[in-house]
Amino acid sequence: MSTDSRLDTSKVATSNRTDAATASKPSPAGSLASWADDRLGLATVMKKNLRKVFPDHWSFMLGEIALWSFVVLLLTGVFLTLWFNPSMGHVTYEGSYDQLRGIGMSEAMASTLNISFDVRGGLLMRQMHHWAAMIFIASMMVHLLRVYFTGAHRKPRELNWLIGCVLLLLGTLEGFTGYSLPDDLLSGTGVRAADGFLKATPVAGSYMSFLLFGGEFPGESIIPRLYIVHVLLIPGILLALIAAHMLLLVYHKHTQWPGPGRTEQNVVGYPMLPVYAAKAGGFFFMVFGVIALMGGLLSINPVWKFGPYDPTKVTAGSQPDWYMGWPDGLLRIMPTGWESVIFGYTISWNVMIPILIVPPLMLVVLMLLPFVEGWITGDKRDHHLLQRPRNAPTRTAVMVALMTFYGLAWAAGGNDIIAIKLHASINQITYFMRVAIFVGPVIAFWITRRWCISLQRHDNEVLLHGYETGIITRSPEGQYAERHLPISGSSAYTLTARERDEIHAVQGDTDAAGVAAPNSRSEKLRAKLSSWMYSNNVQKPTRAELEEAHHHAEHEAELQSGLDHPVDGHQFDDHRLRDTDEVPLRDH
Amino acid sequence: MSHDDHSTALTPEVHDSHVPTHREVEPLADPGLPPHTWRPTDVDPKAEKRAERQIAAMFIAAMIMAVLFVVAYFSFEVGDNWDTFAGMGASTVSLGVTLGLSLLLIGIGIIHLARKLMADAEMVEMRHPAASPQEDRDATIQALTDGLDEAGIGRRPLVRNTMLGAMGVLGLPVVVLLRDLAPGDALDTSKLAHTIWEPEMRLVRDVVGTPILASEIEVGDLINAAPEAMFPTEENGYPELEGAEEQSEKAKGAIIIVRMDPDDITPAKGREKWTVDGIICYSKICTHVGCPISLYERTTHHVLCPCHQSTFDLADAAKVVFGPAARPLPQLPLAVDGEGYLVAQSDFNEPIGASYWEREKQ
Repeated sequence: MSTDSRLDTSKVATSNRTDAATASKPSPAGSLASWADDRLGLATVMKKNLRKVFPDHWSFMLGEIALWSFVVLLLTGVFLTLWFNPSMGHVTYEGSYDQLRGIGMSEAMASTLNISFDVRGGLLMRQMHHWAAMIFIASMMVHLLRVYFTGAHRKPRELNWLIGCVLLLLGTLEGFTGYSLPDDLLSGTGVRAADGFLKATPVAGSYMSFLLFGGEFPGESIIPRLYIVHVLLIPGILLALIAAHMLLLVYHKHTQWPGPGRTEQNVVGYPMLPVYAAKAGGFFFMVFGVIALMGGLLSINPVWKFGPYDPTKVTAGSQPDWYMGWPDGLLRIMPTGWESVIFGYTISWNVMIPILIVPPLMLVVLMLLPFVEGWITGDKRDHHLLQRPRNAPTRTAVMVALMTFYGLAWAAGGNDIIAIKLHASINQITYFMRVAIFVGPVIAFWITRRWCISLQRHDNEVLLHGYETGIITRSPEGQYAERHLPISGSSAYTLTARERDEIHAVQGDTDAAGVAAPNSRSEKLRAKLSSWMYSNNVQKPTRAELEEAHHHAEHEAELQSGLDHPVDGHQFDDHRLRDTDEVPLRDH
Repeated sequence: MSHDDHSTALTPEVHDSHVPTHREVEPLADPGLPPHTWRPTDVDPKAEKRAERQIAAMFIAAMIMAVLFVVAYFSFEVGDNWDTFAGMGASTVSLGVTLGLSLLLIGIGIIHLARKLMADAEMVEMRHPAASPQEDRDATIQALTDGLDEAGIGRRPLVRNTMLGAMGVLGLPVVVLLRDLAPGDALDTSKLAHTIWEPEMRLVRDVVGTPILASEIEVGDLINAAPEAMFPTEENGYPELEGAEEQSEKAKGAIIIVRMDPDDITPAKGREKWTVDGIICYSKICTHVGCPISLYERTTHHVLCPCHQSTFDLADAAKVVFGPAARPLPQLPLAVDGEGYLVAQSDFNEPIGASYWEREKQ
């Protein structure tokens, strides 16, 4: 393996230079670079990183969507701040939108309407900002799933996993504070529910509510306070954490899929300059462009239809933005009457469990995943090669169970919409969800794990006996059989490029002197969990098994053909299956 | 399958090693990176020229779109024509489409350039362990120890402890400074226990503020109403409310009035005289997290909160019949004044809205 970064450029499109660079008279750019380097010494850092190698795979782009949509959020957000007035001062709307003209509302709402109707490009920027926020959070979630399902959260990347989890939490809070700012009826209803959540906090709840709202709900302080949190506090932390996330990514170097020449020790891909920079930079424009099209063509959060916030009003079908939907769903499916009074103090389990306990718990579970897995497996090695989800059946099943829980809770958050659209009883849907939220994840876990294991079996099947060609042959005795052909050498190698699972064994309850070994109880638990995690997995075949299978296949082919070449169904036409190593017919 | 063959060969020590140990031969040897293949644009000058032209065309189209954006900005009015295209303004739609296409074309052009014309041979870079080499760790620990020794903090626990203490106590000013987030009286949470309702206060319609005659309500009606004090006039003599106070009283004082057949009502103990001829009044604020409830089904006398579907039976003291709420809606005792208008007998006898810790103590 060579680290030589000079390429054979003899045939690269001739628009690239083919001759070696030679020293020439300093150009203005060159002089500027020397001037800067004399003072900053950047060349030492940049010589390593300008040609840094990034591996290529479509799934590595998901985090990039999150990054670029955040940049779009910053740009469109700055535009909006130029007109938005985060004040709850009361004004009478006198702008262009007739249906609300003459109506009293807060300055926040009036300036939102002003941006929407009287500033050219204002509604576009508002809608782009809102769409970008949804894409930001959605892409973070999908990126998180990709990282977890492929095992990229393992050592040495656990800290980046933690940073990512915090980014997801902050992104969600940023979304909530953002959509609450226009002070319209829908968002005001959300803020009032949030006030109810705060009040349900034991001991200090009502004080927390009063401090946040500057007195009793709704007060006149909440919008300016949410505003500064939304435009300064959270974005500042987000920026810092995104920078840390990127720095760690560069330091660890990106993970890669295993394959011929791609090992734990190297990283194979395109250099940052020019290919990766061009692809990533071009992708920024594409994300920006798609968001601009969405902002121009797809209406979102039409606050003028909701009207200004009025604490005595509400609309049917009130829903938070989708990423806030799952705690709202948990809130909806809590059984009636879960509140207790102990020593005269009220404990609202009906709010605490779905809002104050389960969502933070989910975050903790998410953050602990790499550490729990690391403890059970006892694996202390660095991992840079990704795993296919099927090759970690228990891990995959755990995340699918969590996703099922999330999905059911999210659907429960739209139980009224489901009831209306399906003409179903909202009560029946809610009863169903109360059970499904517990049963669903268990079923999902079980199905996923079995599914993964059978996919592992299928992989071994393909390795040992080749792939199904779809060609049916009939033997002279009249027996029909499907012909299997070996997969290409590189595909076969890629399938075997995975580690064997190692079940953690208890290292003896007692030492040589008969004294109980320290931590023997936790060791036993660990062994049990390790066996639960791995014992049903299918391991890749050994070299001996592979050789035997191939030998058997050759023998079979000889018996079947009776010709000078194997029967492949194309003896009499031009569509002969070619040597699979040269031309992979299928990418297995 | 094969997983039995090697499980006996497991040795736990392997787990603690940084270096992966290979105890058995891999089933297949790594064939190494496949040879680089040339793209059509590398070997066919025609394909290369074509790619160049495609990319340039995208960049030119992007320029045209940017110019069209400027044209659209100045040619489409905003304001009155806010719903020209499918509920969206001509300005918004055209600005979005031109901006979006301009950006997309630049992006696709650059990526096309990277894929077709930039060198596409994959490169290999070696990885290094994330950990620092042991000598660096030792040197760092040595430097830290030296530094701390020279500082002498370890040898002077009095200095160290008072310094840490001083910094810790500095947390108090930080916390105390936040006290005036709700300055003075504004932090008085006992306000949660009271609303603006008082004896003899009239119930008025929530939008227009007109008082409600008991006789004008039909069986089956639901009226959204407010305290008369929210609509102060010279005649009724209530003081003007402003700003935060007006908003919070409005938020707490909202009520719903329904009239049903008096025989349908199951009055709660002690509330037999709180209704007027089947007219019964409850707080409009849900006891779950405080949304205003609104959806009334007159045949069942159920009212449903649209936020989380708590359902209350208004005929049976507003008990919760479905959904996450735990407590009935507070009931406002009603009477009729000399002119036949509905009035309150008193304030609610319990805090309205969402539960909170000290609720029962107030």
